[in-house]
Amino acid sequence: MEFQFDGLADFLAMNGHGPYVWAAYGITLLAMAGLIVQPLLARRQLRREFRREQRIHARRAGRRQPGRRAAEGALAE
Amino acid sequence: MAWQWFHRLGSPRWFYEKSSGWLPWLAGASLLLLAVGMAWGLGFAPQDAKQGNSYRIIYIHVPAAFLALAGYYLMAISGAIGLIWKMKLSFVVMRAAAPIGAALTFVALFTGAVWGKPTWGTYWVWDARITSMLILFLLYVGMIALSRAFSREQLADKACALLALVGTVNIPIIYKSVDWWFTLHQPATIKLTESSSIDPSMFYPLLTMIAGFYCFYAWALILQTRTLVLQREWRTQWASQLLGEGR
Amino acid sequence: MSTPEATRQAPRVDVARNLAARERGGPGFVALLRTELLLALRRRADIANPLLFFVTVLALLPLGVGPEPALLARLAPGMIWVMALLATLLSQESLFRSDFEDGSLEQLTLAPQPLYFAVLAKVAVHWLVTGLPLAMLSPLLGLMLNLPPGGYICLLLSLLLGTASLSLIGAVGAALTVALRRPGLLLALIVMPLYVPVLIFGTGAVQAALDGYAYSVQLAILAALLAGAAALAPLAAAGAIRISTDS
Repeated sequence: MEFQFDGLADFLAMNGHGPYVWAAYGITLLAMAGLIVQPLLARRQLRREFRREQRIHARRAGRRQPGRRAAEGALAE
Repeated sequence: MAWQWFHRLGSPRWFYEKSSGWLPWLAGASLLLLAVGMAWGLGFAPQDAKQGNSYRIIYIHVPAAFLALAGYYLMAISGAIGLIWKMKLSFVVMRAAAPIGAALTFVALFTGAVWGKPTWGTYWVWDARITSMLILFLLYVGMIALSRAFSREQLADKACALLALVGTVNIPIIYKSVDWWFTLHQPATIKLTESSSIDPSMFYPLLTMIAGFYCFYAWALILQTRTLVLQREWRTQWASQLLGEGR
Repeated sequence: MSTPEATRQAPRVDVARNLAARERGGPGFVALLRTELLLALRRRADIANPLLFFVTVLALLPLGVGPEPALLARLAPGMIWVMALLATLLSQESLFRSDFEDGSLEQLTLAPQPLYFAVLAKVAVHWLVTGLPLAMLSPLLGLMLNLPPGGYICLLLSLLLGTASLSLIGAVGAALTVALRRPGLLLALIVMPLYVPVLIFGTGAVQAALDGYAYSVQLAILAALLAGAAALAPLAAAGAIRISTDS
């Protein structure tokens, strides 16, 4: 098994088929990267939302009576 | 209690906690296999006598097409499991599989089109396999559209599972009929279905890529499922605890 | 439409009557079929609209591609089939709608007779008021589009068999989307890929007839598709109705 091309330029050109081959590989890699990155981004977004909601809850809870807070908690469950 | 593992598998929490340990392994395996397979296929596999270097697209086209179809069955089976055993997690897996399958179908279509240009001189031919792939893509798109249309997730889960099952029954019929349609209209000049045996020096990198795509699919599916689980369960105690800890 | 109260009341009364008939051991399916047919015949506009759509779109075709007879003859079988498909699809959105809104669909799910037969009765009536007239109208449109004389009988027969399958398959989509407020385009998106085999063999039959070959094989396959759809589609639609009404 040996490298089939003479140097990098030849490898990129692929005897004139370069654009096709590289476009296909490029789009594929892009799609695959998207499939990995998208759920990670969505989770980050969720975490941010969660923190914000928690801050709001904490602020509200500070202002309210403890008895009422327990009732709110039961509702949220 | 031989069935205990089965029911535990249905618990989103159990899955979320277990799968975090699988992720690094899957990520490593898929990146390694894909890197090796791509380098092998692009640089070291010999040139094709007829098609020249454009055939190297096969190393991504075939695995993508393979998994796009297998993904539909996986989606339908997990939907069926959800309907029959009322398993929460399997609905989530089904929903996670839809965008991944659609993306892979798109990749298969795109690479097929780009491969077609240098080989047959045109980006698109209404070949049996390409047309079937297009219809598979439409099935995926319909599935995603249906899942987004409902405001209640439970309803969307069940509706999608049923649609996936109907699609599964239809896919073999669609494939057969498209095949028949193509033989009827086949232009004499284009012959795409060559069943010539493939040389081992070209076949091994293909096997590596197929293995790599399988690992990648599992990786992407688990990541997507974990995110969906979190989105659904974030008001429960265990999930909010996880989120609070930043995990 | 002029007496909405009357139409809305009718199914409930008839369901009750059917239940009574069932307890007496009477023919539930036939009674249901008669009720549905009566209801459908009362809404004349709903019957006319798909037919008018069919004729209008096909009248636009020569305006789009030009009036050249040879070209129109070449396009006629495919266009008539595609338009019949669309007309069936568009009329199917309302298949379960009014029954869903007034609650009689939910009553049907509780009735002692299997939901399968209720769905089958509804679909049969849908075919009687859309598929059948569409097929009957097709020779006229073939004439206007300059369809060669060899194709008429085959066009009529293939549409008779094919539209019945289309109605059955579309019923699954209609049942899945009945709980949504505006299902129109979504219904088309999820159902159309499933229509592919019927379209292929329907147009294939007409093309074979035009080329002077025997077309009994294609008609037999269409009949087989119909048999399969009649056995499975009402089951799937019944499942979808249970999902949609379960709130």
